[in-house]
Amino acid sequence: MNKLALSDEILLTIEKPARYIGNEINMARKDSEEIDVRFAMCFPDVYEIGMSYLGIQILYDMFNQWEGVYCERVYSPWVDLDAIMREQNIPLFALESQDPIKKFDFLGITIQYEMCYTNILQILDLSQIPIMANERTEEDPIVIGGGPCTYNPEPLADFFDLFYIGEGETSYKDLIETYRKMKKSGKSRKEFLIQCAQIPGIYVPSLYDVTYHSDGTIKSFEPNIENIPKRVMKQVVKDVSKTYYPSKPVVPFIKVTQDRVVLEIMRGCIRGCRFCQAGMIYRPTRERNVELLKKYAYEMLKNTGYHEISLSSLSSSDYSDLDELLLYLIEEFKGKGVNISLPSLRIDSFSLDVMSKVQDVRKSSLTFAPEAGTQRLRNVINKGLTEEIILEGAGQAFEGGWTKVKLYFMLGLPTETEEDMRGIAELSEKIAERYYQIPKEKRNGKCQIVASSSFFVPKPFTPFQWFSMCTKEEFLNRAKIVNNAMKEQLNKKSIKYNWHEADLTVLEGVLARGDRKLGKTILEAYKNGCLYDSWTEFFHNQYWMDAFEKTGLDINFYTVRQRDFGELLPWDFIDIGVTKEFLIREYKKAEEEIITPNCKTQCSGCGANIFEGGICNEH
Amino acid sequence: MNIRIKFRKYGSMKFIGHLDIMRYFQKAMRRAEIDICYSEGYSPHQIMSFAAPLGVGITSDGEYLDIEVHSVSNSKDSIEQLNQVMAEGIEVTEFVKLPEKAQNAMSIVAAADYTVSFRKGYELDFPWDDDFDSFMKQNSIKILKKTKKSEKEVDIKPLIYSYQINDDKINFQLAAGSANNLKPELIMEAFGNYLNYEFAAFTFCIHRREIYANIGEDEKLSLVPLGDLGDNIE
Repeated sequence: MNKLALSDEILLTIEKPARYIGNEINMARKDSEEIDVRFAMCFPDVYEIGMSYLGIQILYDMFNQWEGVYCERVYSPWVDLDAIMREQNIPLFALESQDPIKKFDFLGITIQYEMCYTNILQILDLSQIPIMANERTEEDPIVIGGGPCTYNPEPLADFFDLFYIGEGETSYKDLIETYRKMKKSGKSRKEFLIQCAQIPGIYVPSLYDVTYHSDGTIKSFEPNIENIPKRVMKQVVKDVSKTYYPSKPVVPFIKVTQDRVVLEIMRGCIRGCRFCQAGMIYRPTRERNVELLKKYAYEMLKNTGYHEISLSSLSSSDYSDLDELLLYLIEEFKGKGVNISLPSLRIDSFSLDVMSKVQDVRKSSLTFAPEAGTQRLRNVINKGLTEEIILEGAGQAFEGGWTKVKLYFMLGLPTETEEDMRGIAELSEKIAERYYQIPKEKRNGKCQIVASSSFFVPKPFTPFQWFSMCTKEEFLNRAKIVNNAMKEQLNKKSIKYNWHEADLTVLEGVLARGDRKLGKTILEAYKNGCLYDSWTEFFHNQYWMDAFEKTGLDINFYTVRQRDFGELLPWDFIDIGVTKEFLIREYKKAEEEIITPNCKTQCSGCGANIFEGGICNEH
Repeated sequence: MNIRIKFRKYGSMKFIGHLDIMRYFQKAMRRAEIDICYSEGYSPHQIMSFAAPLGVGITSDGEYLDIEVHSVSNSKDSIEQLNQVMAEGIEVTEFVKLPEKAQNAMSIVAAADYTVSFRKGYELDFPWDDDFDSFMKQNSIKILKKTKKSEKEVDIKPLIYSYQINDDKINFQLAAGSANNLKPELIMEAFGNYLNYEFAAFTFCIHRREIYANIGEDEKLSLVPLGDLGDNIE
């Protein structure tokens, strides 16, 4: 029987002990005699969130296919266990072997959102690994970061030995082999890190020095030793049909956020919305072969026993063989008690037909993401959705029996005016009016329209990376304008409006475009007690404000400050294929309210064709 | 066709609560490709019901669930099919066909066997066997039953059908089910009170051994293990 790191007494005291015992269906098991590299894979949030993330499932499966490598999982202990571990000095452990993380060769942490940064420090702290990379010794694991936030890793540079920029399937083999060789020949940690800096996609922050101008902007960013690359190239899987995919994902015992089979149909997005980081960093768009997906769907359902499957991509409607795939899933699995959970699809007659087959029309809701309230602003952000398309789609859906519509908007977008803000209310009203055009006897009571707005955060590697971000007060002011406009609408009783937390958005803005100086602020915030910042009930804005105060950094420098094109940005050393010239071109087109066609219609020469894959190859 | 499945729950699986065990078995049925029946509607669910929930932290050799299937091969193969897809800590031990008009497991639960032992490091440093015997010889064993609104004194003695002390462990047969249900923890608490001794939290390890139905008429109790109400499929 498996040993457990925690005693019965602890496990019976805390919430959901199943978070910490491992032993799930399809968990990888390996004989310790046959392992020479131990890799702990971490998602720095609670188990239910971390287990829902496909990326780890893919890499976990990949690593464990390799001989001699054992990849195990670790997640953030919940606050109840966190307190017990600190009090009793229990080191953080991996779920599979229940062994302490500090005994591992690698600790890999996926960094999916800015507000998990203090959780990363918790992981290191509880693992009893020095938080500062430069304090680690030969005994400590190599701490490596990956995921979308590593496209600007600089705020976290102090805490990581390595960052892996890009998709994990390509360079990890190289990294592990290098590690084996260096270990065998007795090379030091430092020598290993220098060697790693030669591996494509690997960034070793300690090997680069940053200097600053007196105004706080970056003066230089240079390697501090010879023979390592000045720029780090993002890693991309050329052919997503010829790579790893987990046919036996781990199945949690407790209900997790994504409690179903997830089928990744495509990477990247052809749309090129100017606010969207994913749309730029995951270029080029690459589709998986539909026959392969059918096979995966079958195998994964069989091997997990899940009764639900969902498709994953940035824009599923753009997947070429979507019709074929969906019809196959419905035909093959619907009769076997398997639910097909649909991604947000473009609303048209096909998708409505599919939806009516797999959902209860009266209960389900339709989702549109216009992102902005007027066509002018939608042109600025290059969101191709028009009012006609929305009203046409909503109309068809209402005729088909749907009554619930969700609308997603952003506030604080570049060039936004009061008219754009009011436009959010007016568009919601038009959709409601479209519903009430249906004769009373043919409709199901009232319609429910829920409009939500998030606040816009400019992200690295987007055309908006130079733009000023709103202050908290300005965000709330804009939300108020929308809210007031909502109250003026005729059908206000059918419309509900809500908006995001502004404090959190501001911090996200700081960390997203932050530099190395922020490391000490993050550490200070953690010391002040920040943890689980993305959980409203644990978010303490004041702790963060105190940390900024103490470390002498100015929030507005990172958020509201407009950058100019000449400024050396903290993430400029990363090459994502997409060129700065393209981003500047897009920035200017945004100001001129000109849209850019999607990659399928026309190539706009973004630069991602250097990867020689996906959509770029089709042109 | 109605099937009754008996399983063991041990090791780290004792930390998985009842609702999660239900979800676990739903997935296991699909992995094992058991030809289980589904309800109608947009989100069809498997026809499945459990005999008696087991608390978190408790192990068992005698858990039961009933399912309805369209078809089966035989008991031996079905057990093997299921055990091939089980997590370590759950083992299927019986798979029997129920008679046409059998009542479902939950409604017929009448009693259960438990073993209570001292967790390692929590053993008593004084002999307690004789005390326990005299505790059990009382005319009544009163405990305070707390509900949301009030506290009520109840006599649990009639719910203790039998007990033996064996090797520092106590085996109980206790009333179970929806009408009268007695948890062994309550007896031990009452024993503590009787001794004027407060047992530390986590003192006891509890293990359920079997669940019974009552096939006796009127007042007379005649208990049979739930699994014995079905037949092996050859």
